[in-house]
Amino acid sequence: MLIKFPSKIPASEITPEPIYRARRDFMRGVVGAGAGMALSSAWAAPAHTDKDAVDRGPDWLRKQLAAARPDVVVAKDPLTPFYNVTHYNNFYEFGYQKEDPAANSEGFNPYPWNVEIAGEVGKPGSYHLEDLLKGMELEERVYRLRCVEAWSMVIPWIGFPLASLLKRFEPTSKAKYVAFTTLKDAKQFPEQKSYFSSIDWPYIEGLRMDEAMHPLTILAVGLYGKALPNQNGAPLRLVVPWKYGFKSIKSIVRIELTETQPKTTWSEIAPDEYGFYANVNPKVDHPRWSQATERRLPSTLFSPNIVPTQMFNGYADEVASLYSGLDLRKFY
Amino acid sequence: MKTLPVSARRVLIFVLASLPFGWLLWATFTNHLGADPAKTVVWQTGLWALRLLLITLCVSPARRLLQWGWLMVHRRMLGLFALFYAVLHLLAYVFFILGADFSRLGEELIKRPYITVGAPALLILVVLGVTSTRAMMRRLGKSWQRLHNSVYVAVLLAWLHLFWQVRSSYFEAALYGSITAVLLLIRLYWWWQRRQKVRRVVRPGQMERG
Repeated sequence: MLIKFPSKIPASEITPEPIYRARRDFMRGVVGAGAGMALSSAWAAPAHTDKDAVDRGPDWLRKQLAAARPDVVVAKDPLTPFYNVTHYNNFYEFGYQKEDPAANSEGFNPYPWNVEIAGEVGKPGSYHLEDLLKGMELEERVYRLRCVEAWSMVIPWIGFPLASLLKRFEPTSKAKYVAFTTLKDAKQFPEQKSYFSSIDWPYIEGLRMDEAMHPLTILAVGLYGKALPNQNGAPLRLVVPWKYGFKSIKSIVRIELTETQPKTTWSEIAPDEYGFYANVNPKVDHPRWSQATERRLPSTLFSPNIVPTQMFNGYADEVASLYSGLDLRKFY
Repeated sequence: MKTLPVSARRVLIFVLASLPFGWLLWATFTNHLGADPAKTVVWQTGLWALRLLLITLCVSPARRLLQWGWLMVHRRMLGLFALFYAVLHLLAYVFFILGADFSRLGEELIKRPYITVGAPALLILVVLGVTSTRAMMRRLGKSWQRLHNSVYVAVLLAWLHLFWQVRSSYFEAALYGSITAVLLLIRLYWWWQRRQKVRRVVRPGQMERG
């Protein structure tokens, strides 16, 4: 396949979020950082006073976020600016346009938050988020995020391996899958009332147990050094970097370990388009578009930033072994 | 509107129909197209092509039901604007989504049903645009109207093109689908009325036998 547009990213877009960089360098104890600040160009994002660029969340979470270990796993690609990460995403509970989640999530209240741990575990129950995070060491993970719609970003998450949470609740030998559920609350999620939606709320996603226990799979509570903005899935979301973005379910209220494969939202609506696995795979097209390339955001019309999509989103070395013997064309 | 001279109305309609294009240009150069400008431009140009096509199809009903005869002279310009946005829509898709890879255009045309139906819709608009001049009207005579009736096929295909891209919200598809349905049903009713009249004139005996 020919990629006529250079995949080289122009200098105007390399500039990462300068404030974030400065803060991160400070965390590492590096003095005199911020050479990139001068490069911060008007092209990165329109001028704005950003309500999201402030500290959020309760004190206990802020303390834990501040103590997060930086850069445990780093994607080499330049970061997508904070403004784009928080103002261009899918979160259908807040609306169907990419700008809707940022625009309609101001009234959402993620604290306090309870998560129910259920199913094949030794210690089921409903737990405060604060208790779930107690003693959990937070790490920063810079991951590529590849949306099934053929656009992608590079995002510095803060979270912890899902495995370390699941182990605490003592999965039984019958636990083969993990099912996650997003909050269902039409008062806070206006689109859950929509008559035009084909989605049967609440949103449900799932992983195979070995995928859930993989060290790359994390539960995120923050991004860019701060607590998750509401539109990005506050207060707790999944991030599975080698799968299409829709697997990384937001605002989780329930985690259930099951013996059988859970019925997940998109694979129920359109099973020919969205499989249970949803591993990033440039060789298997979505029926309505090619998955061979992606638009790395932010892009401009003059340099569309079209880059080839990598097998397992570039994490093949770490995860390909999970699927040895599995026909990825059939189990897409 | 009626009291304005035709030329003033022309300028006004031209300016109004150019506004979406003006906005896209402004947004492109001031970086207000969002993180994924390719998607925004393709979506907006497609939406405006469909909207202007529907507005064009409102002209006849407006003339007959509201006695807005003055609108007729502007139908051609409205139709050409629909064509203009449809062409921009295709160009934006080829250059910004496919990265100007023309070999991929052929592939996508065959593989994706929603693109397969979008292409003939655009083709019809091109043909109608080319044959929209007075000279062509004279040359084609009676077959001009028959040719231009294919605009109904174009609008149906355009709607299908939108409908087949729905992922979970049917809002736009439902909105433009119901407008299309109303505009086509009006024509169907007119056609049925005409047929009744013709019957009554040509074969009056038929009615009695009922």
